[in-house]
Amino acid sequence: MELLIKNGFVFDPINGINGEKMDIAVKNGKIVESVHDRRAKKIDATGLTVMPGGVDIHCHIAGAEVNTGRLMRPEDHIKDTERKTTLTRSGVGYSIPSTFTTGYRYSRMGYTSLMNPSMPPLEAKHTHEELNDTPMLDKASYPLLGDWWFVLEYLQKGDLAECARYVAWMIGTTKGYAIKIVNPGGLESWGFGRNVHTIDDKVPNFDITPREIMCGLAKVNKMLNLPHTIHVHTNNLGLPGNYATTLDTMRALESVATDGKPVAHITHLQFSSFAGDDWGSMRSGAEEVAKYINAHSHITCDMGQVIFTDTTTMTADGPFEYTLYQLSGHKWVNSDVETETSGGIIPFHYKRNNAVNATQWSIALELALMIEDPWKIYLTTDHPNGGPFTAYPKIIGWLISRKARMATLKKCHKKAQKKSLLPTLKRELSLYDIAIVTRAGQAKALGLKNKGHLSVGADADIAIYNVNPETTDIARKYKTVRRAFGNAAYTIKDGKVVVKDGEIVQHVDGRTIWLDVQTAEQVKVDEEMKRRFREYWTVEYENYPVTDHYLKISDPRTIKADV
Amino acid sequence: MVQQKLRVTLLTGRTIEQGVGKEAGKGTKEYFESTSMCYMDAGDMKKLGIKNNTNIRVTTSNGSVVLRAVKYPRGAMPGLIYIPYGPWANAICSSDTTGIGTPSFKGTPAEVEPTPDKPILTLEELLRSEFGR
Amino acid sequence: MSTTVNAVTCPVCGCLCDDIELTIENGVVVKVKNGCAMCESKFFNYKNEHRNKTPLMRKEGKLVPVSYDEAIHKAAEILANANYPILYGWSSTDCEAQRVGVELAEEIGGVLDNTAVVCHGPSILSVQEVGIPTCTLGQIRHRADLVIYWGCDPWSAHPRHLERYTTFTEGRFKGSEWKEYMNKVKASAGKKKLLSLERREIVKRKPEPIIEKVTVNKPPETLGKAGRKLIVIDVRKTMTAEVADYFIQVEQGKDYELMLAIRALVKDHELDVDQVAGVPVEYLEELVDAMVNCDFGVIFFGMGLTHSAGKFRNVDVAISLIRDLNRRTKFAILPMRGHFNVTGANTVSTWQSGYPYAVDFSLGYPRYNPGETSVVDVLLRKESDAALIVASDPASNFPRKAVEHLVANPLIVIDPHMNATALLGDVVFPAAIVGIEKAGTAYRMDHVPLPLKKVVEPPEGILSDEEILSRILEEVRVIKSQRMQEAA
Repeated sequence: MELLIKNGFVFDPINGINGEKMDIAVKNGKIVESVHDRRAKKIDATGLTVMPGGVDIHCHIAGAEVNTGRLMRPEDHIKDTERKTTLTRSGVGYSIPSTFTTGYRYSRMGYTSLMNPSMPPLEAKHTHEELNDTPMLDKASYPLLGDWWFVLEYLQKGDLAECARYVAWMIGTTKGYAIKIVNPGGLESWGFGRNVHTIDDKVPNFDITPREIMCGLAKVNKMLNLPHTIHVHTNNLGLPGNYATTLDTMRALESVATDGKPVAHITHLQFSSFAGDDWGSMRSGAEEVAKYINAHSHITCDMGQVIFTDTTTMTADGPFEYTLYQLSGHKWVNSDVETETSGGIIPFHYKRNNAVNATQWSIALELALMIEDPWKIYLTTDHPNGGPFTAYPKIIGWLISRKARMATLKKCHKKAQKKSLLPTLKRELSLYDIAIVTRAGQAKALGLKNKGHLSVGADADIAIYNVNPETTDIARKYKTVRRAFGNAAYTIKDGKVVVKDGEIVQHVDGRTIWLDVQTAEQVKVDEEMKRRFREYWTVEYENYPVTDHYLKISDPRTIKADV
Repeated sequence: MVQQKLRVTLLTGRTIEQGVGKEAGKGTKEYFESTSMCYMDAGDMKKLGIKNNTNIRVTTSNGSVVLRAVKYPRGAMPGLIYIPYGPWANAICSSDTTGIGTPSFKGTPAEVEPTPDKPILTLEELLRSEFGR
Repeated sequence: MSTTVNAVTCPVCGCLCDDIELTIENGVVVKVKNGCAMCESKFFNYKNEHRNKTPLMRKEGKLVPVSYDEAIHKAAEILANANYPILYGWSSTDCEAQRVGVELAEEIGGVLDNTAVVCHGPSILSVQEVGIPTCTLGQIRHRADLVIYWGCDPWSAHPRHLERYTTFTEGRFKGSEWKEYMNKVKASAGKKKLLSLERREIVKRKPEPIIEKVTVNKPPETLGKAGRKLIVIDVRKTMTAEVADYFIQVEQGKDYELMLAIRALVKDHELDVDQVAGVPVEYLEELVDAMVNCDFGVIFFGMGLTHSAGKFRNVDVAISLIRDLNRRTKFAILPMRGHFNVTGANTVSTWQSGYPYAVDFSLGYPRYNPGETSVVDVLLRKESDAALIVASDPASNFPRKAVEHLVANPLIVIDPHMNATALLGDVVFPAAIVGIEKAGTAYRMDHVPLPLKKVVEPPEGILSDEEILSRILEEVRVIKSQRMQEAA
């Protein structure tokens, strides 16, 4: 099939294209130089904004945690339903939509690729089963490896090479894409109800510290030549004063950075940038964190924007969710996974008139505005932790318009208003910047070579929005932009028009991207390994891997490792 | 003194024999024998003057069914009877879902009387008597 | 020719033991290693004479053999014509079939419900009220030093639970108490053998003295000491209770009271009564000491809570107790899920529709209100006008009044065996046995997904649940589109 998108204003930051009027040709699901002028189906994009399809580096959309969130919150769904149509399956929202609805809603906003960031390896099959039922999008998952006993043991022994081999094995076995580290050391401690509080605390029962885990896995990440860096959820997340831990973490990782390239992605940075000594004195630590990131090149991050709404928090950071439970007394799910990780879920309503919540809202925007290079910080809500992904257009509004964010700030808690740095921040992002923080930057950080740009050979994942950059003063007309980014004029997935005027016009299944990391010497699967398996887990070795059966459309990427 | 009838509370639930029987097949002898029986407290059986394996009639407001009484071997449970899950138990247990969807499978008031001469219906007979099929 | 297949997942109970070793000769399982009595019964009996061998349809009151094509067309016609059909069962089939089931329910605007509604439905309602602090079973194996079974009897319903996941396993941080228990177990097994011989009147013995009174014993000294402890709380002394360190016999229907008393004690309140639910308060105090002083405790609960008066309130208070205990130490709670894939049925239904059971698609979108949209209630109100039952036997397991309406309307049954529901059905499909003749996926009681193996071929011509459902769905769509064309 051939397609020609004519005359749009193209924003393709990876190729440095900033709003130039040009045509984009598509053939067989890829961007091509040109197409047959008569045969090709044409889309008249005159006066419209054309971008690569959206990429989300961090959104919890599938797997055990997400589904338990769905199960525990009928009150979240009852107010937000999607009817079955001749093209689409039915479903429910709001903060934790059912799988089909998740796919459709992302697609309607022009997104085409997502990263599901929190996959307990033991339950990886569940994650993949759900991803198969999440249509319209290409997807990948990060296995949780930071508190896996194998990692702790090999790093403790200082055997990086063996650690790397097992990590490579695990990524392939779970059909994962990157190394996810959550509250390193804290999750193992949580097995007995404890936690770690600095990056140099010893993990109980193991002779290792969070610093050693993070640096060790960052080195492993390099040895394996993984396309993404380690993906880190810091220690002490969500606690006042934790910006110091975040700075410690980033400083610790300097030792691994040797070539000026990023070695770690600090995810949902807002939750790790609190200053103050307690909840009463809690304030923004964004300035210190942003300053550090501006001065260094080894860190990328995403916002973790908070939205004022009722949402569902969920993370592998069990001890943090327990803190939230103690704060809120709300219904609380904790879910520890043997040998690997933990998890927790709490419904949460972020309120404008709550000083802490309002400060959190402000911190995320402060970070996005004060970190000068948009290639370093990307737009997320840590869906659904800060709020559902359907709020992305709102965040775009705040980023491009000082007027928009001041309007919201004015309605916030007085204390938060007084402490907010937003009034001093004049910066307003351009559409070019938005294209970076919502797709190009994310694709680049992920090492997704065929995503996030529109050069010849790239996947024909394209979003077209009803914004005319020539005639629209976006900072003033931010509401127009918000509407446009919430309802794409067209979403094109693999060269097929799947959304038109914000409605699904075709149901397609996306691919599951995973890494086949090839190490020179492989993990030995012998009786000894099987015995160890039986000792560590309650399942047999043979039943652990995610086989091809669990991937509807498998898209493996072969990686040659240095070990 | 031997009583004619005894008021008890009916519990239904699993037993390993019922589990083995259901996996072997619902038409098997194992399944029939393990589900058309009723565990009783030894003291209660004495009160009714019945021995192990005597047939009894258990009646609730939902119906009545003949079962084989078996002495509960592991300890006292006066006032309770225990019928393994199956068509016989469900012929008499309460259908009240108390507004949440789940019937009340445990705690139905029931009455037990010895009926040594009444036969226990087979699965087919039971279904025919209940549903005419 | 004999082959051995190892790491087979057992498709019987929620334990989903995946270490079964089968020896197969000439396409028949001849040896089962590692399995419990139920597991052996399943693998040895799957080919017995009670197996349904061909599709059946009720003609002139009798079930007669027909072809799959005829049965599928008839089933599709029934479902396409129905206004408010129910689609029930699902817990003894694989997730692959369950996925088709949700799609079919959506297509025909039916009520989709699974067997959780008659077992742990109330537990799900409680999770929706208060959440649940839980973990996978391996956490318990590695860490738990206090295991409490409340209103459940794993030795009867989940025979390998103790040896694979809890008290009798060897964990990284906690050792097995297996040896200590061996004597007790042997004694109990010996007694059991004797009893069984007595029952069959092979051995005549004087009956043991009858215990006529319920007495709750004082907790043993060891309860407060290091090492793994097993406590059972139930209304009757179960098989598991016989090997426990401590057994508390609670008065029937008073679990809620007892649990509240324990909560009060955990919060350091004093109780002004001597007994709660038949248990002396001083014993409860010792129990609570053991709870707050353990490193990692866990409560497993079963139908004793969900089926007794109070139902989901019993589970509510149990989970709330665990919430309280987590302020003192680490504690978890898990429901003892019965059928091997009832957890999967809830899981699949939830990711596709947002709701774990009792999902009503009649308005075109998923709606959930147990008590209204749950299948027993739909039947008791006599609202449904057709039913599709997959891998389940509601005629045996539903109260009679509910079954009466079920059989008063067209009834389609998909099941490998001729069970009570199949005997009452109008269209009956034989199916391959999931986990023996069909590969798939199931979720263990702690939500760990495991692959089910196909170890032998199904009887010739027999389709799987997934295939039958897919073909019915396809046929329903054909019928509906024909009708649209006719209308146009």
